[in-house]
Amino acid sequence: MESVDLVYKGIYILAIFGVTLLIATYSTYFERKIAAFIQDRVGPNRAGPAGLLQPLADAGKLFFKEDFIPAKSSKALFILGPGIAMLVATMSSAVIPFGDVLLIDGRELWLQAIEVNIGVLYVFGVVSLGVYGLMIGGWASNNKFSLLGAIRAASQNISYELAMGLSLIAILMMTGSLSLREIAAQQAGFNWNIWYQPLGFIIFLVCAFAECNRTPFDLPESEAELIGGYHTEYGSMKLGMYLFAEYINIFVASAVMATLYFGAYNFPFMFELEAWLVEATDSVVTANNIVTMLGVGAMFTKIFLFIFFFMWVRWTLPRFRYDQLMKLGWQILIPLAILNILLTGGGILLKDYLF
Amino acid sequence: MEPLSNRRKNIEKLPMTFAERAYLPAIAQGLGITLKHFFKKKATVQYPEQTRERSEHWRGLHVLKRDENGAERCTACGLCAVACPAEAITMTAGERKAGEEGLYREEKYAVTYEVNMLRCIFCGLCEEACPKAAIFLQDDKIAPARYERDEFIYGKDRLVEPLKTTETK
Repeated sequence: MESVDLVYKGIYILAIFGVTLLIATYSTYFERKIAAFIQDRVGPNRAGPAGLLQPLADAGKLFFKEDFIPAKSSKALFILGPGIAMLVATMSSAVIPFGDVLLIDGRELWLQAIEVNIGVLYVFGVVSLGVYGLMIGGWASNNKFSLLGAIRAASQNISYELAMGLSLIAILMMTGSLSLREIAAQQAGFNWNIWYQPLGFIIFLVCAFAECNRTPFDLPESEAELIGGYHTEYGSMKLGMYLFAEYINIFVASAVMATLYFGAYNFPFMFELEAWLVEATDSVVTANNIVTMLGVGAMFTKIFLFIFFFMWVRWTLPRFRYDQLMKLGWQILIPLAILNILLTGGGILLKDYLF
Repeated sequence: MEPLSNRRKNIEKLPMTFAERAYLPAIAQGLGITLKHFFKKKATVQYPEQTRERSEHWRGLHVLKRDENGAERCTACGLCAVACPAEAITMTAGERKAGEEGLYREEKYAVTYEVNMLRCIFCGLCEEACPKAAIFLQDDKIAPARYERDEFIYGKDRLVEPLKTTETK
């Protein structure tokens, strides 16, 4: 790899990191705004114009709060917990293609930090490590409620990861690739996977909610019976890290869903537009770059819609009971995912036989 | 057992249909309901900038009125204290001395006049009982929150209407 490419990669990774953090920060603001609108209120509007500085105020408050570590806790692990949660959350956006290729000075600049041919596995591997953050935090607190919350979080994540992986298999059977760039490229135009995999998408969506510990699956934090769940003993910015990691996870889950099922950076009539632009600007490179930038816009629109959906559901649905949650995961979603695999396999065979 | 009335209904618990068991239609319905709230009028009032308009008859914090010459109207007759169902009003009466005609309207006046805002139920009976039109419940003020209980006992310093100095100029 040339040094120019390395520099580009470095800049791109930093930019994606920054965008991830920015979106997670403002998710907290929009979460409060959406909650307020659903409840006929106004929401934060004091700090800055329309309350836009509210996340900074929240962060400032968290930074200056007392950083409390319980006396009998395992101190190193107690500090490590939120660190792992944060690290793992920020790592997973590396393989997501946020756009197609940009052509500058005859150089192909892919809008993806790392292209690995096992991109989907990477996302799954990293996301499933996230539960270590919760587990270690709950264990190190030396508090029964924290430990119970951590155990709930761990068992929930493991149960739903199974159904999630199984629902994804159908997509992999269709696309024949584990590379996210390849999967995104196959959905060119309006040929999105959601049209072929509606059931798989619903299973994946439910599992994504459970993986992010979002309502209606936010059992680890059920304040009524577990006080605060795994982060009961946490305060100050360590608690902030946990909550922040949750928002980053929402962003990543939205990006993964947009990539796998909603055509990533593809939007309808992109080829017609590109052909028209080639004629209008008389340059293939310019046309390609314009379409790519529009694609980035399409990708982020999809991501924002998913983030909105996460929040919309949070302020609509009540929390599951724990046994219902486990029943849904093991007895309904996993068999459904297997059925979906069989249906997809049958569909692929039928297509080969007929055409 | 014999039913007490003929209004008893037998409730059948039907098994849930497939759509009900699948949750998703109900969830979609719920999402629709919450989405509607985005377009509803907000119930919020931006308090320090806006205040909600109160009824004309709203009864708030008490005031002891002065007459047109600036003398206190209250004669410490005690009818308000008698009328008060919560027994929030106490006063001691005193006799007006020579030279104080500008201060007090009648020969008798209230040396102290206290309303306990923790006891007061803002019923307005003191207002009705007063023969001298001295005590009124204002329609634009409420008793603000305080830290100590004795700060809620309002004396004459906080009840008597301030002198209108600006109007004479």
